[in-house]
Amino acid sequence: MTSGNSHQRAPILTVYAALVFAFIYLPITVLIVYSFNRDGVGGFPPRHFTLDWYRQLFSDSAIWESVVNSLIVAAASVALSLTLGLFAALALDRASFPGKAHFRRLVLLPLILPGIITGLSLLMFAVFAGMQLSLLTVFLGHGTALISVATTELFAGLQKLDRAQEEASLDLGATPWQTFWRVTLPNLKLSLIAAGLLIFTLSMDEIAVTFFLIGRDNTLPLEIWGRLRRGITPEINAISTLIFAVSVALIVIWYRLRARTIGTQAQELLERP
Amino acid sequence: MYSRAYKTLISIPPLLWVCLFLLLPYALMFAHSFWLVRDGFLVHQWNLHNYRALFNNPLYFQVFLRTARIAASVTLCSLLLGYPLAYYLSFHAGPRKELLYQLVIVPLWVSYLVRGYAWKTILGSDGVLNGFLQYLHITHEPVSFFLYSPFAVVLMLTHIYTPFVFLPIYASLEHIPRPLLEASQDLGADRRATFLRIILPLSLPGLLAGATFAFVLSLGDFLAPLLVGGPSATMIASIVQSLFGAAYDWPLGAAISVCILLITVSLLFTTERLEKRWAFK
Repeated sequence: MTSGNSHQRAPILTVYAALVFAFIYLPITVLIVYSFNRDGVGGFPPRHFTLDWYRQLFSDSAIWESVVNSLIVAAASVALSLTLGLFAALALDRASFPGKAHFRRLVLLPLILPGIITGLSLLMFAVFAGMQLSLLTVFLGHGTALISVATTELFAGLQKLDRAQEEASLDLGATPWQTFWRVTLPNLKLSLIAAGLLIFTLSMDEIAVTFFLIGRDNTLPLEIWGRLRRGITPEINAISTLIFAVSVALIVIWYRLRARTIGTQAQELLERP
Repeated sequence: MYSRAYKTLISIPPLLWVCLFLLLPYALMFAHSFWLVRDGFLVHQWNLHNYRALFNNPLYFQVFLRTARIAASVTLCSLLLGYPLAYYLSFHAGPRKELLYQLVIVPLWVSYLVRGYAWKTILGSDGVLNGFLQYLHITHEPVSFFLYSPFAVVLMLTHIYTPFVFLPIYASLEHIPRPLLEASQDLGADRRATFLRIILPLSLPGLLAGATFAFVLSLGDFLAPLLVGGPSATMIASIVQSLFGAAYDWPLGAAISVCILLITVSLLFTTERLEKRWAFK
């Protein structure tokens, strides 16, 4: 059948693969095309090209307020989960303490559990702690849940690190603190940037956890969600197209930095003995 | 090599944070499931009332069954789409492999909501699909059963989880040593036999990992039923969501969540064991 490098012709399989690709990309394509359709969403074929929906979108202040909210939450979540994820990855890589295996599983839980469970747990915690639901609770939720992603990425980075460099630094008289700042962190730079981008994208997009932690101010996905309940407008196609474009841009950057994927890494980390 | 102080310093902050903001919330969920609501107030009285209600009311069981059915359909459909795609990329894509791989990954990180919304605009009764069918004169009136049905939920979730399922399968196919396939061929096996006796068994761990992801994530989904499912596709997590909203019965909602959590964790645990047993050494 196949050997290492050569690829044989398999027409049926090729057609099937093309159809799967079509299935994967069809909805996004339709969405983008109809964001330029004067007669709105629906109807076939789309007839008159227009930028009106984008114009309407740009003068829609509620949407832009929610975008700003989302950006604030995402940036803060990146800071929080990267910091704690870095510590957690270092601890998993270098320290030993009772319950380490359980700690690892606990950190990764939000990545594996359905969002509603993490969201509701955090809602109960917020009520228990007497906190008012607001962007702050959303940030705490995102920041905490996404420690899982930061830990996975940074742990993978640490595993590839050359320990001899740190050893040399310590042997040559640098304090652990200096070694951390001058050797460990610079070596992890790529993993840190990659994890940061990924966390940023995921936070901008998050809806299942946010759903339960949101107060008066909406994030972008929740703002869109609210509008969907009132019906479909091409304005949502327009903002979705923009979200898609930004996601793709971030993904391209991320890919330049890192070829591997979070799903398989999480799996590997979970399955370590 | 690292001092005790260093190890303590890196371990304490994440341990404290995770215990406070993750372990405690999950524990609170467990605690709530043993409390109850009386006259609209939460009563901290330990009892099994919620679990009893859950097991005695056939409605919950029916919804659980429907949810499992939807999740199983999503898993099966994603496997039927994802496995051949992974197989094609791994064995037949040639020099375009890397590009195609990235093309599968991109939608993985594109907004869940955006993709769900896209399906809503396609399937709706004045949506794109209906417009298309009428344009081709296949139908003359809008077909209303595309949207707001279990079918729509399965379609949307399959679309979302196919790349998820693809990933681990592709990884396990890529790990199969190519000389094994040549050996199989040299020993007289045809393509079918090589696939069934070499490739499929060796890709089982990846297949299982992908299937588990798709099943578990579909099982706890409440947004898809709200977005494209309608009342006939109510899933267990949508019941939880309404119990925490308008219906205001947190303890019962917590009890259902605990069930979802236990099912999820035991599934993950089982498949982890199986994957290890089937892993290629």
